[in-house]
Amino acid sequence: MKIEVLGMGCANCNKLYQNVVEAVKLSGKEIDVAKVEDIKKIMSYGVLSTPALAIDGVVKVAGKVPKAEEIKKWIE
Amino acid sequence: MLKSFADYIIFHLLAIPSDTHLGEALNFFLYDTIKIFLLLSVIIFLVAIIRSYFPPERTRRILSREREYVGNGLAGLLGIVTPFCSCSAVPLFIGFVESGVPLGVTFSFLVSSPMINEVALVLLLGLFGWRIALLYIGTGLIVSFVSGVAIGKMRMERYVQEYVYQMKVGSGDIAQQTFREKLEYARDYTRDLLKRIWPYVLIGIGVGGFIHGYVPSDFLLKYAGPGNPFAVPVAVLIGVPLYSNAAGTIPIVQALMGKGMPIGTVLAFMMAVTALSFPEAVILKNVLKMRLLLIFFGIVAAAIIGVGYLFNSIL
Repeated sequence: MKIEVLGMGCANCNKLYQNVVEAVKLSGKEIDVAKVEDIKKIMSYGVLSTPALAIDGVVKVAGKVPKAEEIKKWIE
Repeated sequence: MLKSFADYIIFHLLAIPSDTHLGEALNFFLYDTIKIFLLLSVIIFLVAIIRSYFPPERTRRILSREREYVGNGLAGLLGIVTPFCSCSAVPLFIGFVESGVPLGVTFSFLVSSPMINEVALVLLLGLFGWRIALLYIGTGLIVSFVSGVAIGKMRMERYVQEYVYQMKVGSGDIAQQTFREKLEYARDYTRDLLKRIWPYVLIGIGVGGFIHGYVPSDFLLKYAGPGNPFAVPVAVLIGVPLYSNAAGTIPIVQALMGKGMPIGTVLAFMMAVTALSFPEAVILKNVLKMRLLLIFFGIVAAAIIGVGYLFNSIL
């Protein structure tokens, strides 16, 4: 499994990244979390609002910051 | 009911006599605070639910079918209900342009979205009444329409950064939320937003209740009162580089209106602060060449100055 946090480095993007890391820790799994800051790659996902979260290439949420517990549900 | 609650707390529980200046001011402060926070909670919650039906992906689909004028007007209206954060300005701009939304229509959206929002409306409604709240929406739509049409007419497409046109935008299939998730999201959103803005709101209300009598009123009026023809442009020029949300401007707006500054000048200041800012310019520089960026700021500032004069002359 691969989780990507899409965003050009705004405050909310960092917050989402931290929530993802926390969710991964809560789930106890070994999951690769990556920050995607390149605008070309972000646009290839078709999102218009950041931060966004993609799990295995599927955009789960865009333009908001879900909590760690919510992200954990998607991981499991 | 709210009024009698405020009366009870101040005059009975705290036993401050109602005929003193302090008692009156405290009563007013408490009443306004409860009223505005109730309004804010309800309206932010409702707007968050409405917004979940207008994600930017959908707004883009609607606007890509529209041309000038109708498109500009629609972009202004959709800007009110589409969630927007300046950190999303770049992907949003690219996504709009790539799917064929005309440049001028895209700019109409970029003006209205940050400027007209639920927080500004609630505060204006609660502190100054529905006439001024409606005036703010109407004026914001005019500025967004005029600026977008003007930029569209100037054929500025070549002053967009080249890479924007070469971008490939994906299909944008985003998982749908259930209604329950929407409700939970709206609840969290309301709580987070209130947490962020409550100090400004309290200061805003406090300014109306207390500071009123203490700042010499002729100071501001001497420089920015009805008699000074340059008051509107000066207010806008001061407002443009400032970066704040609508809630942050309310204390200043309260103080200015309390001191008798004309409503057109005050609204122009508030719009300049929310619609244009230095950090936003830095973000937009990613997609716009300097020339278009300057023209964009220039046109929006001019439109705001225009409506400022308009309201000063008719009200």
